[in-house]
Amino acid sequence: MFKGRVAIVTGGTRGIGAAISHSLAAVGAHVAAGYSKGKESAEACATKIRGDGGSVSTHQGRVDDFEDCKRVVDEVLKEYGRVDFLINNAGITMDKTLRKMSSEDWCQVINVNLSGAFNMTKAVLEHMIERGSGRVVNISSVIGTTGNVGQANYAASKAGLFGFTKSLALELANKGVTANVVAPGFIATEMVSAMPEEALKKVVDKIPTKRLGKPEEIARVVRFLCEDDSGYITGAAFHVNGGLDMA
Amino acid sequence: MTLTSTQPSSGILASLDGRVAIVTGGARGIGGAISAALAHDGATIAVIGVPDDRERTEELRASLNGTAKLVHFYEANVADAQACTDAVAAVIADHGRVDILINNAGITKDHTLRKMTVDEWYAVLNVNLSGPFFMMKAVLDHMLERQFGRIVNISSVVGHMGNFGQANYAASKAGLLGLTKTLALETAKSGITVNAVAPGFIATEMVKAMPEAAKDLAKGRTPVDRLGEPSEIARVVRFLIDENSGFITGATYDVNGGMYM
Repeated sequence: MFKGRVAIVTGGTRGIGAAISHSLAAVGAHVAAGYSKGKESAEACATKIRGDGGSVSTHQGRVDDFEDCKRVVDEVLKEYGRVDFLINNAGITMDKTLRKMSSEDWCQVINVNLSGAFNMTKAVLEHMIERGSGRVVNISSVIGTTGNVGQANYAASKAGLFGFTKSLALELANKGVTANVVAPGFIATEMVSAMPEEALKKVVDKIPTKRLGKPEEIARVVRFLCEDDSGYITGAAFHVNGGLDMA
Repeated sequence: MTLTSTQPSSGILASLDGRVAIVTGGARGIGGAISAALAHDGATIAVIGVPDDRERTEELRASLNGTAKLVHFYEANVADAQACTDAVAAVIADHGRVDILINNAGITKDHTLRKMTVDEWYAVLNVNLSGPFFMMKAVLDHMLERQFGRIVNISSVVGHMGNFGQANYAASKAGLLGLTKTLALETAKSGITVNAVAPGFIATEMVKAMPEAAKDLAKGRTPVDRLGEPSEIARVVRFLIDENSGFITGATYDVNGGMYM
């Protein structure tokens, strides 16, 4: 399906990002999976994707540094010739109630989760416009619509992605490039599993389907939005949250 | 329940072999494209429609090579609760089950509120909003018993935005979103998902019947600068009714070329 296509997936070697990389590679795309730290786990993910017959390269970089984003995008373009899909998935948490949240906690999360999407998109945009085609999918979160105790920074960054995506969609609609959001609910990743067991139980209890989602359940929606036939879907937010929030 | 599915049509979709889908208004327009898409992947389709739809269903069948035998017609006016109950009973009697319900049937009776008659209000509400309620009520016990179901309600961008001359249509389509979310909450534990797809302006007879000026206006307000195709809606419906879409419920998937975000 995506033979000859090239995807960049930020944070593409762990959690939801790894599932997205896997899913796109499984149908023929070359996946350039970005990571900031953890070379070993990145290589482990790449080995797994290759083991399943997929084509993947790993790229160390920081999405909160525009120059670094440009470097990685140039690297991918030089090596693989094109970028069809950009999946802005990289995200971090630094949880604290606002009273205790430091400016650094705030800035770091905003810089990675929100400015990271800006930096990457900016780095790849001219190329997509030139080619008259592209798919940008930004991974937001149900927290971006509901907020969450202890996650003022994370919620703000994820809500910000909605506004960013819609503006981008409007600016690119007549250029063959779509921009959409996928907003996962609570998914069984390391990020969520790191929650205290009691808290996790409370979360699952609040999800109408009474279970966490699987990374693959997000990845398949991302892949759907990347398809050629999805050209009439732009500026949309596809929620995948087991009914937790019906925004 | 899960079917053994080894033939994913695009890698992320399970086969629909053995599944039975009801598509209201499934003989033409967006509904016709939905019927075709689901039949293509192996589902048996029960088109529910008004008497005129019988012939349209025949035309649809004629256009479906190979899968034509999967498409069947059941006459019912969805605004009639008893007719819905009877039609669903007939589908289950004939095909043994209902896995999928697509509430797509819809009508317009456009007038500004000043000129809109009470009859025009009720006619649209009854088909577009009460129709889905009657249909869902008719299939619900069956789906709960089997602990599996996929329901998709076709709303409209007009349900979000409103539209000049469409107070009745806009209200019905917005109402459908509330209905969708509520049933999603009530059935989430039971293997049933309920979602809405909200199309923008799609090249169907309904939209083609609009005055030229209104059509130009609609196109002008669509950032991607064209009308959508029925198949572009059908594929999203197809995605949502997949057995692997179980974590998506209570959602509204907008497919409108950027017209409303």
